[in-house]
Amino acid sequence: MNNTLQLVWLIPFLPLVGFLINGLGRKQLSKALVGLIGSGVILASFLISVFVFFQVKSGNIQVVTFFKFINTESLHINFAFQIDQLSSLFLLIITGIGFLIHVYSTSYMHDEESKDFAKYFAYLNLFIFSMLLLVMGANYIIMFIGWEGVGLCSYLLIGFWFTNNDYTDAAKKAFIMNRIGDLGFLLAVFWLLAKIGTVNYADVFSAVNIAKLTPADITGITLLLFVGATGKSAQIPLYTWLPDAMAGPTPVSALIHAATMVTAGIYMIARSNILFTMAPFTQSIITIIGLATAVLAATIALKQNDIKKVLAYSTVSQLGYMFVGLGVGAYTGAVFHVMTHAFFKALLFLGAGSVIHAMGGEQDMRNMGGLKKYMSITHLTFLLGCLAIAGMPPFAGFFSKDEILGAAFAKNPIYWIVGVLTAFMTAFYMFRLYAMTFLGKFRGTHEQEHHLHESPVAITFPLITLAILAVVGGWINIPQVFMNNGDKLEQFLSPIFAGSYALVAKRELAPTTDYTLMAISVLGALAALLYAINKFSKYEKVTVEETGLGKVLENKWYVDELYDAIIVKPLKKVSAFFNNVVEKSGIDGFVNGVGKSVNYGSRQIRLLQSGQVGNYVLLMVIGILILFIIQLFF
Amino acid sequence: MPIYNYIVLAIILFCIGVIGVLTRRNAIIIFMCVELMLNSVNLLLVAFSKMHNVEFAVTNPTLASDAQIFVFFIMVVAAAEVTVGLAIIVMLYRNTHSVDVNFLNRLKN
Repeated sequence: MNNTLQLVWLIPFLPLVGFLINGLGRKQLSKALVGLIGSGVILASFLISVFVFFQVKSGNIQVVTFFKFINTESLHINFAFQIDQLSSLFLLIITGIGFLIHVYSTSYMHDEESKDFAKYFAYLNLFIFSMLLLVMGANYIIMFIGWEGVGLCSYLLIGFWFTNNDYTDAAKKAFIMNRIGDLGFLLAVFWLLAKIGTVNYADVFSAVNIAKLTPADITGITLLLFVGATGKSAQIPLYTWLPDAMAGPTPVSALIHAATMVTAGIYMIARSNILFTMAPFTQSIITIIGLATAVLAATIALKQNDIKKVLAYSTVSQLGYMFVGLGVGAYTGAVFHVMTHAFFKALLFLGAGSVIHAMGGEQDMRNMGGLKKYMSITHLTFLLGCLAIAGMPPFAGFFSKDEILGAAFAKNPIYWIVGVLTAFMTAFYMFRLYAMTFLGKFRGTHEQEHHLHESPVAITFPLITLAILAVVGGWINIPQVFMNNGDKLEQFLSPIFAGSYALVAKRELAPTTDYTLMAISVLGALAALLYAINKFSKYEKVTVEETGLGKVLENKWYVDELYDAIIVKPLKKVSAFFNNVVEKSGIDGFVNGVGKSVNYGSRQIRLLQSGQVGNYVLLMVIGILILFIIQLFF
Repeated sequence: MPIYNYIVLAIILFCIGVIGVLTRRNAIIIFMCVELMLNSVNLLLVAFSKMHNVEFAVTNPTLASDAQIFVFFIMVVAAAEVTVGLAIIVMLYRNTHSVDVNFLNRLKN
């Protein structure tokens, strides 16, 4: 037993301290100090995470228990952290990318007032804290605390500019959608508690306890967990909050989309992989939902004109990929894609933020163009990010996407066809975004053109770091067909997924098939991106309304309108009914009736108090007589 | 003389008092009727004391004539009360030139 891991409590504790200092001292601290504290605590957490990662790598894996969190007769839940391969990898992603986003924010949010600036950093720190709790917890309850925490923080940050009504609505939408998913998660935890009586990962996944569950139990639990994941990780039907979450400051979008929040669902399913492997029905549901989400979001992204909206839908689409990976049993592929996606999506969002910053808040790509010559660093890093997400070798996205697509092909070629079509669309809309923003000639106002400039070093430093990661990040898990023993991540994570692979063996494709699949997806994506560059680099502003399918896509398949029509409007009708009928005539009538009857009754009884002494005496005598009669006869 | 007669007399006196209080409006007559009720109870106390005196003289002589003494106290207190009550009635008459209780249904003014 090596006790060096005892210090892991510092990893979430430091961001919490940062949150408290920045939150409580927001009126006193200067911006420079706030930025220093906010970023510093995350950097410290990151360094500890690196240390923990190497400890885990050398085989020091344990559950670190701190105190009894809930302790009753039949239920014992410890406040404990599980330090193993999966959580240490997520720790690195969260704190590493989180740190870069903090650094970026010090510059991006510099125009805010001092106390808002501190509030922003306090929320960011709390966000990181919640996410760390989520991935470190050694049982579902600790995970749930973090799970709710990120929901709360996303609400706070999406609605950060709360004086704008639309932004508050977006924040509420995110919160409510998440709550719907949370309910599923909670029910799954209750189900586990009812059947097994424990929620510790180590106990739940032990063979003895799993044997207590019938196949129906497992399917039910995993489906409910998946409902939780759809809320947090923005899958059909609960995905609409994520594009609206663009209302928050751009670094927040990067944080939500890359390092925290949306990866929670993937993490939770990867953590519970044994249960999911034992529920083939749930797995096929996950695969189908994942594919449907990937395609739907990709088609929507084709026609969006807001630079952040395109990226948001691409996140939803990429999350769909991750769920396909989980659904077909390629758990490593999914986690790998989480990691590479975190790199390039953070890069793309921060790059978009840099562009928006230079454009003075403009987000409409139709008013951009030709930024290449003004912002060389942003342009180059953004291009690398686009290549990575489009799946061009040898960038990060290629390896992770290939692994998921390969596993999907092994399961069912139809999955692969849908997946690869989505990949082509991804390449197309990303390079449409790239071409409209950076190529061609500038289409904005004269004032904006004058204002264009490269962003300061606090913004370019994270971009460069992330660009390097987006290029090399994929090399840690090179498929066997390219390099023997290249799949380092697969080997590193194998203890976590060993149970699942023992049940359902991982299907390997023949090398020739694998090469063919890769060639098709790469060539297709290349064709799509060249077509996009060719088409949109000479983009001119047109005022013609979109028609037909284009209009449907531009309006996001009218999903928001559909939800509005089938859920929000009927709900409002029911509320109006309760308000007008039940509330007004029922409850109000009852309450007012009580008041009125007391009023009327006392007005009648008041007449007894006539002030005539004779009446009082008479009543007294009658009373005494009644008492006598009772005394005598009863 | 049997105790029964005393009880009947006391009840008659008490009822006269009650009826007087209820029916008359003159404050002095009401006052007199109240005294009548008080004294009917006094009479009852004395009568019961006499009745019990025989057995108490044997068992507990110190208690034998307690009620008799009690009645003296009540008469003294009643006398004091009458003084106060009559004084109030006199003041009442000075202010309102009437001793009719029905004029007194207002505490204000």
